[in-house]
Amino acid sequence: MTSRRDFLTLLLGAPMAAWACRASRPPTTPPGQLLSTGAELGHRWVRDGRAPAPQTFTRHQVVVVGGGVAGLTAAWALARRGVRDCVVLELDEQLGGTARGASSAVTPYPWGAHYIVAPTAAQHELTALLTELGAIEGYDDHGAPIVDEALRCREPEERIFYRGRWYEGLYLRAGASADDLRQLDVFQAEIDRWASWRDASGARAFTLPVSQCSQDPEVTGLDRQSFAAWLDERELRSPRLRWLCDYACRDDYGLLASSTSAWAGLFYFAARQTGAKVDPQPVVTWPDGNFPLVRHLAEAAVTRVRAVVSSVTQGPDGARVVAHTDAGPVGFLAERVIVAVPRFVAAKIVEPLRAAAAVASAPSDYGAWAVANLHLRDRPRQVMGAPRAWDNVLYQSKSLGYVTATHQQGRDVGPTVLTWYYPFTDDDAAGARRAISGAGQPEWAETALADLSRAHPGLRDLVTRVDVAFWGHGMIRPKVGSLWHPQRLAAATPVGRIHFAHTDLSGMALFEEAFDHGNRAAREVALALATR
Amino acid sequence: MSDEPKPTAPPSAAESSGPSAAESSGPSATEHSERAERMAPPPVPQAPGHARPAPGPEASAERAAPAPVTRLPVTALYLNVFVVATCGLVYELLAGTLGSYLLGDSVTQFSLVIGLYLSAMGAGAWLSRRIEGNLAQRFLDVELAVAVVGGLAVPVLFLAFPSVDHFQLLLLSFVFAIGVLVGLEIPLLMRLLEGQLAFKDLVSRVLTFDYIGALVAALLFPLLLVPKLGLVRTSLLMGVANGLVAVWGSYLLASSLRRPWAIRARALAVTAGLLLGVWKADALTTRAEDNMYADPIVLSKSSHYQRIVITRGRSGFQLFLNGNLQFSSADEYRYHEALVHPAMLAATTPPRRVLVLGGGDGLALREILAYPSVREVTLVDLDPAMTSLARTFPLLSKLNRAAVSDPRVRIVNDDAMVWVAEHPPARGQAWDAIIVDFPDPNNYALGKLYTKLFYRRLAAQLAPGGAVAVQATSPLFARRSYWCIVETMRAAGWSTHPYQVAVPSFGVWGYVLARREDFAPPERVPSLPLRFLNDTALAGMFRFSADIGPLEVEVNQLDNQALVRYYEREWQRWE
Repeated sequence: MTSRRDFLTLLLGAPMAAWACRASRPPTTPPGQLLSTGAELGHRWVRDGRAPAPQTFTRHQVVVVGGGVAGLTAAWALARRGVRDCVVLELDEQLGGTARGASSAVTPYPWGAHYIVAPTAAQHELTALLTELGAIEGYDDHGAPIVDEALRCREPEERIFYRGRWYEGLYLRAGASADDLRQLDVFQAEIDRWASWRDASGARAFTLPVSQCSQDPEVTGLDRQSFAAWLDERELRSPRLRWLCDYACRDDYGLLASSTSAWAGLFYFAARQTGAKVDPQPVVTWPDGNFPLVRHLAEAAVTRVRAVVSSVTQGPDGARVVAHTDAGPVGFLAERVIVAVPRFVAAKIVEPLRAAAAVASAPSDYGAWAVANLHLRDRPRQVMGAPRAWDNVLYQSKSLGYVTATHQQGRDVGPTVLTWYYPFTDDDAAGARRAISGAGQPEWAETALADLSRAHPGLRDLVTRVDVAFWGHGMIRPKVGSLWHPQRLAAATPVGRIHFAHTDLSGMALFEEAFDHGNRAAREVALALATR
Repeated sequence: MSDEPKPTAPPSAAESSGPSAAESSGPSATEHSERAERMAPPPVPQAPGHARPAPGPEASAERAAPAPVTRLPVTALYLNVFVVATCGLVYELLAGTLGSYLLGDSVTQFSLVIGLYLSAMGAGAWLSRRIEGNLAQRFLDVELAVAVVGGLAVPVLFLAFPSVDHFQLLLLSFVFAIGVLVGLEIPLLMRLLEGQLAFKDLVSRVLTFDYIGALVAALLFPLLLVPKLGLVRTSLLMGVANGLVAVWGSYLLASSLRRPWAIRARALAVTAGLLLGVWKADALTTRAEDNMYADPIVLSKSSHYQRIVITRGRSGFQLFLNGNLQFSSADEYRYHEALVHPAMLAATTPPRRVLVLGGGDGLALREILAYPSVREVTLVDLDPAMTSLARTFPLLSKLNRAAVSDPRVRIVNDDAMVWVAEHPPARGQAWDAIIVDFPDPNNYALGKLYTKLFYRRLAAQLAPGGAVAVQATSPLFARRSYWCIVETMRAAGWSTHPYQVAVPSFGVWGYVLARREDFAPPERVPSLPLRFLNDTALAGMFRFSADIGPLEVEVNQLDNQALVRYYEREWQRWE
């Protein structure tokens, strides 16, 4: 799979290759921007609190606070039920929250979440969304939807870089001892066991979304220990396997296995597999990650206002939402409000929650993320080993590696965009946020370049720009004990006219979770509107 | 000036010039000396490509001072000349060959290399006058330097090729360095032998061995070294030979050396290192380009996407992309007639608009343009270097009958997967026939062009009643791969007729003829001047013998790339 030249280069030893005729340039940081994620705006209003009151309140059937996936899904699901008088309030210029994307002359590329798992037959709403997008090409013999081939992640899906060479897949098989492989088998057998596990009512232990998972204590009890402790109990200490488990936790949760709930750790592996010895559900992806989903959902949000919400209160004639636009304060009087913001924001703006805040709240913890999009004028030279993949992971790096935006389109030569992800896995997320809040584009660009140059030595010369986003409160983290905490389950319950939708309510930040809560909130609201 | 054998000088005198003598020896063994004085210096050899500059009058004048001379094993040193000469010429040939392999245009490369090499030898010879001191020591030093620089030249150049911006410069620097060192060798050796025999004999013998060495090199190089060893090992082996000369020399000239064991140790180390290289290079040479092509390379260039090599042998010329044979001019007509005509004939109406995907060599175009009905052809090939070569490279444009320059033809350089997705045909602009001629699916970037997704996109390009032909690798060598392509097209909703043909350069080769509707394969060939196809051959193509018949296979999809895995496994068996 490698070219003859690469072969020669490697066999004869790379050090000699750099020997002649190479001009050395002083390294300069490529240009780029630090993406605004609305954090400053939000901080100002939420922290300062003192905001002028609006003169008038305009009436709407529904107001959705928050234009991320949960809020947009709620608006979409309401529109599907015929509720059209719905306003979505979002402080950021761009909708989509952490599922946003962008586009350049080269390709569309993601800024955050970049894939979903193909829906099973049970995920009707997700199937409906994909059908609207023209992304379902048929149904299999069991009635499960088949996602369009063009969107099912193109092989090779992932590869891993270790000591100068790429290997296929995410588990580092090269050099694995017999015991390493035995432990991998033991682990896979555990995953198979959980994948085929059903409770008395037939519910699966782990499935997407979390609301469909069994609440049998045998499963939920896993939340009380860390994934690392769960692995220890089974004597699964192979460094390769542990690295894979840590990688999974960092990838989806921004945590290490030692802090991740064992329930969440097993969820990562078992939820994508409908039974024992069954191939995982396909990964579905677009060049710009999940952004096309967001765009489609947003089309349903008939009215969208760029505003920061400072309070949501109950009243006899409806719920009042006070928001602030560039033009000044605006008020909304709505029959129902769907609060689709993170729980920590909701606790500050939703009056009934503010009152209850003194009472214990579910433990919540938000991980910080950095994302860098690197524009390349050409592909890095392919070194020996596994060919270029969609997801390219560096073994033992603190980053998650990068995804290639042009992979799914089948553009295999020429310019591209690499999206590099870096989760802060520190237990003390607030500390991490403070420590890095001063870093700007040059620091992030250099960090990304240094990390990726290990695998692609000439990378800097190929990079034309590096744009960076920093998600301070990127996503909720499923730490030990946080998932099946009674407070989490209670948090989704509406308070009067106020409904809630957010991934926080699942305890893990996945598109499917935001989508599920948006749909649930929309169902609640539609039912309330129909029976008023 | 005297060519008389000199009596041994005391050791102290040895410091000034000439070989030092650690021990005395008797009068030289040379016998014919008197007439030497009457001999004019030999003329400087003129033209032959491998000629060495002989010592001119200047050199002779320099030897005017009587030099104290030790008796040296003259015959053995002649053998050294022979080895040195052989190696020297082989280095030159190696550089020329490597240059034309890697940079193409062999005439230019050989001219440059030979010219520079000869002038560098001249420079070396000129420099040799400046070398004073212990000549034996200097000679062995030069010998070792030749061993290192010459021996490592090809491996280093091969290695540096992918990562160096000015390869030509690097190559010529090597040529110059080796030339200078080789140019030093003979003058130094002659000075060493100076006192041992009459000048006329010295010149005559040294040059005789020199030229014999060159002849042996010229014979060994194409007949034995390149075919059996390859460029890399030849280079290293010549280095070993030079190293051994140095080892041997440390014995032969031991009497003139102050510390023979030191130079011997160095020479042994260099030789051992190079020998290790020869041994380790084994795996390399089986893959290196010099072993990949049976015939001489007439063009080779690296485009942005691939390495294009054209070789020319007795039976015609061949095109290789990344080392894989794309066609041989001797039998490509079988391949291309089989590829193009069934689809042109299976379309319900005589095709007016034809799409070619891949096929940048223009040979499929040649067949298509033979149909008077054809008004417009678009050819989509990734590599502009390939399509421009097909237009401008005389061998190729003659073979494709200037098809690429035909006014009916439009060339698009894009990835076909992306192009078909982004260019859905406007109403009435769909294609009446599509010819798909991609390289075999030996990697994922190519594998995507054989997926169900690709064939579905292809369907959107085709006019009702139109037909498609797809090159589909060998049903004999890669049976599962072939039927995987057939099965994948069926899964994409195509009605298919698999067919195959024997192409001597390739073996049994497979294609798929397909339409959106059920159809019967064509039975009559058109009245065009065809070399291979007639009605009998056409009918025969649609029949499969037992060993290449259908197999149960997976459908190739973007997210499983089953075909690439089949293909890898199957071709491994034959390689």
